Amino acid sequence: MSTSVLFDAPGPKARLRNNILTVIGAIFVAGLLYVVISRLAEAGQFERRRWEWLEYEQIQRNLLDGLVATLKAFFISAVLAIVLGFALAIGRLSPNRWVRTPSTSFVTVFRALPVVVLMFIPYLAAKPLIGQSVPLLYAVVFGLVLYNGSVLAEVFRAGVLAVPKGQSEAASAIGLTRGQTLRLVLLPQAVRSMLPTIISQLVVVLKDTALGFVIGYQELLYKGGEVARTPRFGLPYIPVAIVLGLIYIALCSVLSATAHLVERRTGARVKPMTAFAETVATEETPPEVVLED
Amino acid sequence: MSVLIDNSDLFVEGLRGTVSLTVAAALLAIALGTALAACRVSPVPSLRGPAAFFVNVMQNLPLTLLFFLIVFGLPRVQVRGLSYWQLAVLTLGLYTSAFICEVLRSGINTVAAGQAEAARSLGMNFSQNLRLVILPQAVRSVVGPIGSTLIALTKNTSVATAFSVTELTGVASDLNEEGAAVAGLFGVAICYLVLILFMSYGFERLERKVAFAR
Repeated sequence: MSTSVLFDAPGPKARLRNNILTVIGAIFVAGLLYVVISRLAEAGQFERRRWEWLEYEQIQRNLLDGLVATLKAFFISAVLAIVLGFALAIGRLSPNRWVRTPSTSFVTVFRALPVVVLMFIPYLAAKPLIGQSVPLLYAVVFGLVLYNGSVLAEVFRAGVLAVPKGQSEAASAIGLTRGQTLRLVLLPQAVRSMLPTIISQLVVVLKDTALGFVIGYQELLYKGGEVARTPRFGLPYIPVAIVLGLIYIALCSVLSATAHLVERRTGARVKPMTAFAETVATEETPPEVVLED
Repeated sequence: MSVLIDNSDLFVEGLRGTVSLTVAAALLAIALGTALAACRVSPVPSLRGPAAFFVNVMQNLPLTLLFFLIVFGLPRVQVRGLSYWQLAVLTLGLYTSAFICEVLRSGINTVAAGQAEAARSLGMNFSQNLRLVILPQAVRSVVGPIGSTLIALTKNTSVATAFSVTELTGVASDLNEEGAAVAGLFGVAICYLVLILFMSYGFERLERKVAFAR
């Protein structure tokens, strides 16, 4: 364990104390679980009628539609966010101030706004601005792409800045242009080292598709809400939340597991913390790599 | 522009909602997150396991689903008498505590092992070690990440608008009903921008102030 430096290998006294604490901790956790479960049972949340909806074919199909809508929003947003992130990262690394400053402002603004507000923009303002309302999917994708694109831009940029300077120097030495250096030397290495961070950000995209619920996009949670409001099943809000929670956790775990796998396969991971710390340090001056042209 | 000035009371009320949600949830999250982090680094497996489980669940669950579970679910198990504001604080606090816990834990892990070893070789016990050597260093190195977590919390309060809580994002819907959607959104966006950029400036200054050479 990484924290073992905090204490010595336990002697007989400490072992006894740890064992006592383990028992007390177990009793405490078991008590907590007991309170929760007995509370749920008392309110009849485990009754058959509250779980019956799982067996209805129509409901299964509705939930599946919701899942498809969730995944659709996720895939479209993920692809577009990565594209936008690349564009913004390249913009922020540009030696041209007229490209760099707008990219930087764009990233600053859209990282500071809540995704719900971003989704509200097409949702509320489309009608007065372009005279017709847009499909809710577009509003969801709009919010997710702008926010996550801006975050990914910072990830890509940090990745490029974390590539050792010798790489870009060697590239200029053999006569590559700035664009070629970025495309052929820096970005491939940056993406490789940042892949786990990029995938973790995709987990955020997946989780945030549920914000579509706020504007009424018919994704998984929305469809679950419809089931939960049915009086016939005894308003099964808690059973629905449990089932949907398991689905979301399964989906996110698959993505996270991929991130871990990739992390192991690619070996060295550029720690996002240190990478970002460097970003902050070089915030004002454009990085060395782009000055030489 | 006049729409914004005419409705300034709405904006003030919304801002107050957002800030009060943020502050209350932040206090809850920091208290709970610290307790969780203590459990996760403790030598007691029966606390370590459940804390890790809780953190993993919270980090993989959409916030909207957690709102759904708590705001609609608690009344179904006879937990009543909590206002929507209190339910939202509970949800945001639970959700954010997992992230606070992970930040604190990684902060403890960034303190060089030699520091703890040196303290131990001076004869300090566990609590002296933690109190006098590890935590003063760990806390400083987590100021920045904690700031980012609290900024994320501020943005997350916007989800509460779908669960009957008065806050800033809701002002956009209110003004939409009066036919001033564009102006309303513009005002809301400006308020968030000011709030968030102000927060990130503050945390950045604080981080620089407590920074130390390693």
